[in-house]
Parts: sequence; C-alpha cells; structure tokens
Amino acid sequence: MLDYKGIMTDYASRKEGIIEAYHAVQKELNYLPKEAIKAAAEAFKIPEKEAYGVATFYSYFSVQPRGKYIIRICESAPCHIAGADEVVEALEQELGIKMGDTTPDLKFTLEFAQCVGQCQETPVITVNGKPYGGVTKDMVPRILAEYK
Amino acid sequence: MAQEMHIVLKNRDKINPLDINDYLAAGGYQSLVKARGMAQEEVIEEVKNSGLRGRGGAGFNTGLKWSFSYNIKSDEKYVICNADEGEPGTYKDRIIFESDPHIVLEGMAICGHAIGSKKGYIYCRGEYPQVVDLLKKAISQAKEKGVLGDFDIEVRMGAGAYVCGEESALIESILGQRGEPRFKPPFPPVSGLNWKPSIVNNVETFANIPAIIHKGAQWFTGIGAKSYPGTKLLSLTGDVKNRVCIEVPTDTTIRDVIFHFGGGMRNNGQFKAVQIGGTSGGFIPESLLDTPIDFDSMRKIGATLGTGAVFVMDQSRDIVDVVTRISKFFEHESCGKCNPCREGVFRCHEIMKKINKGLATEEDLEKIQLLCLVMEQTCLCGCGQAAPSPILTTLKHFQEEYEQKLLPA
Repeated sequence: MLDYKGIMTDYASRKEGIIEAYHAVQKELNYLPKEAIKAAAEAFKIPEKEAYGVATFYSYFSVQPRGKYIIRICESAPCHIAGADEVVEALEQELGIKMGDTTPDLKFTLEFAQCVGQCQETPVITVNGKPYGGVTKDMVPRILAEYK
Repeated sequence: MAQEMHIVLKNRDKINPLDINDYLAAGGYQSLVKARGMAQEEVIEEVKNSGLRGRGGAGFNTGLKWSFSYNIKSDEKYVICNADEGEPGTYKDRIIFESDPHIVLEGMAICGHAIGSKKGYIYCRGEYPQVVDLLKKAISQAKEKGVLGDFDIEVRMGAGAYVCGEESALIESILGQRGEPRFKPPFPPVSGLNWKPSIVNNVETFANIPAIIHKGAQWFTGIGAKSYPGTKLLSLTGDVKNRVCIEVPTDTTIRDVIFHFGGGMRNNGQFKAVQIGGTSGGFIPESLLDTPIDFDSMRKIGATLGTGAVFVMDQSRDIVDVVTRISKFFEHESCGKCNPCREGVFRCHEIMKKINKGLATEEDLEKIQLLCLVMEQTCLCGCGQAAPSPILTTLKHFQEEYEQKLLPA
C-alpha cells in the first residue's frame, strides 16, 4: 500500500498543498482511495468531508479505481464536429467497455473530457495526458497497441 | 493585405524555450531591469497609458487593475498568472509557453515591482502537464541566473475544472479548495489570495508587458484598434484550412482571420458560422464577417473576442446539434455554487436535447430564451452569465435551423 501519510505530510507544510498531494497520489495509483482522503484530512487538519469535497470537485481526480492508462476523449464542440463520436465507438469496441468504465484487467479506463487545448488537430484523445490529434477510428488499434 | 504582427510571439521558433541564454541573447529581461529603474507609479502609468486590456476575455485595463493593488498598503501582495486556458477551442497560452516561457515570467516580475509584490503564482491547467514541467524548468533557470531578483514564482497545477479560469475560483483552487467563485466585491486586486491584494492576469496579458516597457505606451497605442490596442493571439479550429495560432493587430477583420490567415474553408466547404472567444462566445453569421476582432467591435455585434478562439463551421454543420453539445459542456462544468447556473445549465441542456431530437415546440424556444435572459442577469460569475450566449446568438442568427427541428404545430 502506498504511504499516504508520508505523501500528505510532505505537502502539508503549506496548508494549500492538498491538490498537489492528490496529484502525487494519482501519479502512482490513478485514483484517490478512501485511505488517501482520510490521510489528507488528518495531515491538513480539515474535516474529512472537506478533503472529499476537494477530491470530487475536479474532473481529473477520481475516488473510484481506474485503469493504469486513462484514455480521455474530448467531447467539446470542435472535437464533436470532427467526429469524436466515431472515435468513442471504436475505443468502446476495441476495449469491450463503455465510456466511464475500466477494463477487467485494470489496464484501461475510458473517460470523456472537456477541451484539452490541442484543437489544431481534432478530434483529440489523451492517454495518461499524452495527446493524440486528428484521431480516426482506424487509428485507434494502433494507438492502443502502444500501451498493450 | 493583412499581416501577422508578433509582439507576444516575437521569439517563436527563434529561440529554444528551454534555454534562458537564448532569451537573454534576444534582449530578454532587459525590460525588467528598465522597470526596476523606474518608480512603481511610472510603470503603472506606462501600462495604463498603453491601453493594454486583459487578454483572457474580460478586457479590463491592465494598468488600472494594477493601480488598485498598488494603492493598498499590505505586507503581502500576489501576482497570479491565469494559465487555466479552459475555453474549448483555445490553445494560445500553451503556444506562448511552448515558444517563450520567460516572456511571461518577465511580465509577472514587472507587475511584481509595480504593485510591490515578491510572490508570483502560475496556475496552469491540469490538461497541460508538459507545460507545467517546462515552466518549472524555466523558473529554476531564471532563479539560477538571478534575473528575477527577490521575486519568487511557483507553479500550481489544476485538475480539470473550467470554472477555475474565473479569477476568484482560481484563487480558491490555489488555496487547495474547491474551485468555486467568490461573491464580489471585494475583487481580487483589493482582496484576493489570502485576502491580500492580488493581480490575476492572463498569460497573454503578462506576455505583452516586456515590450510595452521596452518600447513605451505610445508605440503600443498605435497598433490595432484604438480602444483595444495591440495584437491578439487567435487559435483557429474547426472547418478552416489552417488550424493555427496567429498573432494579429486587433483591427484585423474576422473575414481576414478566416479567409486570409486561415486559408479559407477546409474541403472546399461553404462558410456557415464562426464562434469566437471560446465555447461561451457568440455565433457569427457571414453577414458580420467584416467586423474587426477588437473587444468593442465584437461587443457591438453581440459577440465577444473572449480568449480569441476561432471555431469555424461550414454549411454541412448542424448548428442546433453543436449548441446542444455546448450546453452539455456547461452542464458538466457548472460548479453548482449558485442556483441560476446550476439549475439553468441543466435545463438549457435538457431543452436543447429536446429541440435537437425534434421533440420541441415553439413554447420550448420561448422558455429557453427566458431562462437564458435570467441566467445572464443572475448568475454569480462569468461562467453562468456567458453560458446562454451560444444559444441566444444562434436563435438570433440561425433561427430557421431551430424552426426546422420543431414539432409541426
């Protein structure tokens, strides 16, 4: 198990460090387990509900387990008109899961995202933050193969 | 013919953004040295007289904003760079950082001198982890060289929340809280981070400062539109041939942006509409394309310059479908603090879906318009106030597309 207490203590010297501490936990686990939120509440001396409130406010934090690779598909208007729906379909088909779900082997999670700021080449997906632009349904297997 | 003009992007592709020596060789940090040799009031006057207005979308006079913080006696003040570029279709701040991060650091340090602050923060969106790394490198190089003097800059990374682009929400997020906007007044220049005077400016705004100090206010006022001088970065996307980031004088027309710099329509399509300023911007029809892009000209036609995102759509695009998607965005991004936005964006999306599916009546159109007007007047922050804009402007300019989808009377 990850040393949540240690991570939280590292950031708790500054009372505003909780978001960075969450980023640090997610870098290892891709989600924020209950224990991490509890440790944050203790280290930052705030009620647990507040620590939970911060964790659930931001789209990039998750309190549910997610896969090793988080694939985000931008669903904002520029990607929408460029055919993001087709890419969603291809990803769902290729991985055998629906948007929002994680593969049983905990390898991939599919999430919708809002604009990721790569609109020079739409539609855009990101894999653990790495952007791929101008994605077509035919490109999906090749991109996934990089992570299989 | 219209030409690009590079003030903010003057070093683009000319220097290595990861090497401070390149920036120094190009005259970098000379403006900071010059500013530090000037009285604080002089720096603020220069920026005020340049007419530089906030490039994040609100268009407030930058020097005037600085003067609010300067005029308050406080043991601590903060300079905050808003790099939470979340308006869909916008990628200009990323381009600035990827081309020339030090120009922004220099602008922030000049602001620090002007208002009397020793501490700066850059709040960068969680979608740009590569930019965060780049900024940390740039800051450590600047510290090593000692160019920032006693002005310190730290980077904070967001975690995916559109509303954090609103300055008081951004401050809450830096503090490690839920990024919900504050009730105003007081405004951040008076009482912001830790309730101390705080200047929150957009990346592009700070990036304009070194040149203004170097060349003077008068030089700057001579560029572009009179009431919104200088250049503007625009990020082109959608059905336009060249999807690029450009920097043009603010008197450039929308038509030139799309058909000259953008190279016209992709796949020989016919122009239908352009949405400028991000997803909260208004839709603009062909008949208004000769409008200059400056803040006030755009406002006059019921649109916005906003962040400078230029989202072009051709005749094959279904406006109602696009607006339905936009209303989904706002439903997702509303922070939920105020009722008009939380409930309003939800109902807007609900009605837009109904219209898009062909199940709506004239009455639904009336309802959504009324709802939009209420939201514009009553929402707490810019997010909810601007969310209705795509709906209202398309109802105005593309009403027939809505009518076509209504149930037969």
